Amino acid sequence: MRATVLVRPKAGILDPQGEAVRGGLDHLGFRVREARVGRVIDLELEAGSAEEARAALEKMCRTLLANPLIESYEIVLDSEGAG
Amino acid sequence: MSAAPRPGVAVVAFPGSNDDGDAVLALEGLGANSFAVWHGEPALPPADAVVLPGGFSYGDYLRCGAIARFSPVMAAVRDFAAQGGPVLGICNGFQILCEAGLLPGVLRPNRTLRFVCRDVALRVEEAAAPFTSRCEAGQRLVIPVKHGEGCYFAPPDLLAELEAHGQVVLRYAPGENPNGAVDDIAGVRNRAGNVLGLMPHPEHAVDSLLGSADGALVLGSLVDFARDRLLAAAPQPAGARP
Repeated sequence: MRATVLVRPKAGILDPQGEAVRGGLDHLGFRVREARVGRVIDLELEAGSAEEARAALEKMCRTLLANPLIESYEIVLDSEGAG
Repeated sequence: MSAAPRPGVAVVAFPGSNDDGDAVLALEGLGANSFAVWHGEPALPPADAVVLPGGFSYGDYLRCGAIARFSPVMAAVRDFAAQGGPVLGICNGFQILCEAGLLPGVLRPNRTLRFVCRDVALRVEEAAAPFTSRCEAGQRLVIPVKHGEGCYFAPPDLLAELEAHGQVVLRYAPGENPNGAVDDIAGVRNRAGNVLGLMPHPEHAVDSLLGSADGALVLGSLVDFARDRLLAAAPQPAGARP
């Protein structure tokens, strides 16, 4: 089963990387009010069901993939196996 | 009268640690029997203190310290800390302790996004065992930093808690904050006081030849505390005390 985890800096957390990206876009002439940089983690995992996979992914996010103090996460489960 | 006993100080080497050698050398020079312990060990050899050194464990992948915290030896470090054993995390070691939940807060990329490598002036906020007993409150120390992700962050409620319990041990002196750390925080300890993390590198400042010997005050405090633990654990036979 394939899944994607999106990890983002939480709202209100200063994101110097995003600010640098925004500055770069500004130099290119794009007027962007805000840019935030996160992480994409593509996973292929063994799971008997979508529920089982989601439970495992939640645990992965809480223990390793995201730091809940500063980051939020979103799990996108590709249970159809497409993509 | 025999020489003071040398307490054992374990320095954990992770894949990507690069200050373990300097830490061992500095601690030896300050009277400890210091030795490196590979992160894959399931247990710690007998030790009176543990140091997690600086470096780039696991290439700083994902987040600094996020993967090292799951190294086999970390369970033993956690037990050691739970029993009151002193644990010092320097730079990457600080990041690992935060990720492991042994210290509050988190280290984020420097606000400037630049790697900083220079001496910084610090102010000692709490002068107490096990880490700053050789210092005085308010004392100014000069110790180098070298990191890209040393911007300490804790949300406001946590910060208030840290201040209320005297957990901020070291602060960057006014105008010296090299990374944008909240409230100029350079070093934080846990509530119990036996786990400290700091971004500056005391092991690189133990001799005036290195530009400063102020780091010896921090590491020396730890060696003093470790020695007291050693003596308390193995009382001298009657009549053998000096």
